[in-house]
Amino acid sequence: MKLAPTAPLPPVPASERRNAARRIRLMPSPTVTERIVVALLWAMAAITIAVLVFIIGYILLHGLPHVTWSFLTESPRRMGREGGVLPMIVGTVLVTGLAVLIAAPIGVATAVYLTEYTAEGRLTAVIRFGADCLAGIPSIVFGLFGFVFFAITLGLGLSILSGALTLALMVLPTIIRTSEEAIRAVPYAYREASFGLGSTRWQTTLYVVLRSALPGISTGVVLSVGRSISETAAVMLTAGSALGLPDSLFDSSRTLALHFYYLAQENISEANAYATAAVLVMAILAINLFAYWLMRRFIARGGHHA
Amino acid sequence: MPRKLVRPFILLSVFAGLCGLFSFGCPQDQRKTVKVMGSTSIQPFAEELGREFEAKHPGRKAQVEGGGSTAGIQALADGLADIGMCSRRLKEDEADRFTPVLIARDGLAIIVHPSNPVDDLSVEQLRGLFSGSITNWKDVGGNDAPVRIVSREEGSGTREAFMNLVMGKTRVARRAMVQASNGAIAAMVRSDPSAIGYMSLGQIGNDLKTVRVNHEAPTAESVLAGRYKLARPFLFVTSGKPGPDAQAFIDFVLSAEGQEILESEGLIRVK
Amino acid sequence: MKQDKLIKAILMAVALSAIGGLGLITLFIFKEGLPIILQIGVADFFCSTDWSPGEQRFGILSMIVGSVAVTLGAMAIGVVFSLGLAIVLTQFCPPKVAGVLKPLIELLAGIPSVVYGFIGMVTIIPLIREYVGGPGFSVLAASIVLGIMVLPTVTSISIDALNAVPRSFWEGSVALGATRWQTTHMLLLKAARSGILAAIILGMGRAIGETMAVIMVTGNSLEIPRAITDPVRTLTSNIALEMNYATGQHRKALFATGVTLFIIIMALNTLAMAVSRRRVAGGGNR
Repeated sequence: MKLAPTAPLPPVPASERRNAARRIRLMPSPTVTERIVVALLWAMAAITIAVLVFIIGYILLHGLPHVTWSFLTESPRRMGREGGVLPMIVGTVLVTGLAVLIAAPIGVATAVYLTEYTAEGRLTAVIRFGADCLAGIPSIVFGLFGFVFFAITLGLGLSILSGALTLALMVLPTIIRTSEEAIRAVPYAYREASFGLGSTRWQTTLYVVLRSALPGISTGVVLSVGRSISETAAVMLTAGSALGLPDSLFDSSRTLALHFYYLAQENISEANAYATAAVLVMAILAINLFAYWLMRRFIARGGHHA
Repeated sequence: MPRKLVRPFILLSVFAGLCGLFSFGCPQDQRKTVKVMGSTSIQPFAEELGREFEAKHPGRKAQVEGGGSTAGIQALADGLADIGMCSRRLKEDEADRFTPVLIARDGLAIIVHPSNPVDDLSVEQLRGLFSGSITNWKDVGGNDAPVRIVSREEGSGTREAFMNLVMGKTRVARRAMVQASNGAIAAMVRSDPSAIGYMSLGQIGNDLKTVRVNHEAPTAESVLAGRYKLARPFLFVTSGKPGPDAQAFIDFVLSAEGQEILESEGLIRVK
Repeated sequence: MKQDKLIKAILMAVALSAIGGLGLITLFIFKEGLPIILQIGVADFFCSTDWSPGEQRFGILSMIVGSVAVTLGAMAIGVVFSLGLAIVLTQFCPPKVAGVLKPLIELLAGIPSVVYGFIGMVTIIPLIREYVGGPGFSVLAASIVLGIMVLPTVTSISIDALNAVPRSFWEGSVALGATRWQTTHMLLLKAARSGILAAIILGMGRAIGETMAVIMVTGNSLEIPRAITDPVRTLTSNIALEMNYATGQHRKALFATGVTLFIIIMALNTLAMAVSRRRVAGGGNR
């Protein structure tokens, strides 16, 4: 193909030049734009915080007046229309506690292996891939799995144990990731000092690394507790929805979140629904505050040592 | 610094773990549990019966769960339950494998928003409304407003009873909104002036408007007299001969006291 | 040393539990769900809108469309706000204020999804019915609720992405006389774009996988929505709504719905990983 000689650019017509000049003049100066944009962005932040405050305030305002001592210590009557939520509190504590007790050691051990005991390679990539994928799986799919695997295949039935095992799998990635970050944040000099004193790798890990990383790890564990408490879809399919106090880990038990779902969705009792939600939200607030406090401590200590 | 934090934390978690495992880990020496599961329409009544049953039989425990009629029967088959609750007639293949016991009767109420002027519908009109061929309330003598249907989900005994009693071979329109319980249906209809739904007569509160069907109001008397056509059985289903604990619960439900409870809660007694 | 090797072996075995769990989940979900998809036929299962389990007809197109609709709606709302928040927190906010705002946003992630659903049901739905029309239970309601719910995820990953842009980029731009906003939108957002893209994809995963909140605000109708005020059913709510009630083929078909969800989520996860890996790989070249 022959290249045509490049034609000189046509002169810009005067009218267009004037237009361009006008456009530039009309455009707000960069500083003005910045002010507008920053105001908009702050407005968004304000709306978000307002939504948060609204949700928490709405629930607490409607619910707290109904949260009485008897509400917390009685069993529900007539499907939760009357009575309290004691069995749900017990159920929630058992399911959540057990889930975290199962997941925490596994998660921390995984994090220790990834950080202290092996070099980055194909195996670590596979483990991380597994954890990342697990983190993305929707809770309803965990529920389906827990139902068919724990409840039916392993014969545990709709029970606290099935629910706890399912939740353990669900919070595992969170614990792995936060523990790994906490362990990585421990300065390398600590390990060198420990090895220098003749400790084995295991001693170093146990007494130096894990001990320094503990607040960070605890933050992850506490956040997992929060996530387990909030979970509804997965426990609905695995822990069942029995209203009574459980006698054993093989009994079905309804968690607070699921109880709230039934009360609200089936319109059983507005007062009890709000009160249950208030208990739930208070628990979540307390857990997040605790996690925040632990995190601050961790950062403060890290800063001090660095 | 760390020591201060480590100890309580470890102690606390170990303590919690031991508490959980020891106090709840040994099911053998506990009360004998009857697991009852199925229809959410029967569930509230079974809960109530269960509490009275436990009060009379301290050594026994009735654990009632919802799930739906079909799920109750499936749970029987899976061995997850001792008694299935079923709020419709058994299907043929189910009747071959399981034994039903009639514990009460229930009406199926058609509900609309209290502001809706329509108060009498024929079964044909109901079929038209729910199949989507009647789309405006003015076609059945109401306001000029679109009809919004609220139905139950697949597998619900209430839905199946409604399909048998009203719809026949006609399908519920696909644009029908679906909720998974009587209460949820009631909530949706209560809040929407142009909604219509169906639910268990036994669970109707005071703030809902029921529609007469073929000029007959849904009441216990009209169901019992056979004048109100939309009625269905409440069944307890067992797999073969029930165990002693399950049998005790069934006996209690069929006793005068059990039937009394069912009647006072809005159902129609059978004994 | 021998003890060390033993410990290493034990730790490795435990570490494999995450991938083992993933394997088990995949195995059991597919074992329950895949046969019925093949039996019905892939085309019939995914491309039919006829979901009548009573008549053994299982087509999930309506639910797929429903999930996609509410997810897109949620992203339209969630992404704008999340990016705004991420930019404010990283560029225009004194560190002290950011230290307060960040945990508050994380608190949003901690609120149970049933509470979101409930708040949506009692506040948003009456508003929509009154002022926008339709029954209130709608794609729009779900989009708003999910938009708020994905906000913490998208915001925190976007913040990481923006923080990962080398400080020298910012310094260079400001030294050339650009304002902070010019620097942000011309430079930082472009440099962090793959990270932000990963954040958006993960947010989509969150939205598509959410169950309880969605059940409470969508009305769960089986028809493909024609307007944003129409009710809709998603894949997740289809499972949660009918799972307890399902037997036989119906239950298997719900597992098949789970398989579909699983595949979509895995595709999104892999996409997000690929996108953020590209950022890491490309970082050195720039």
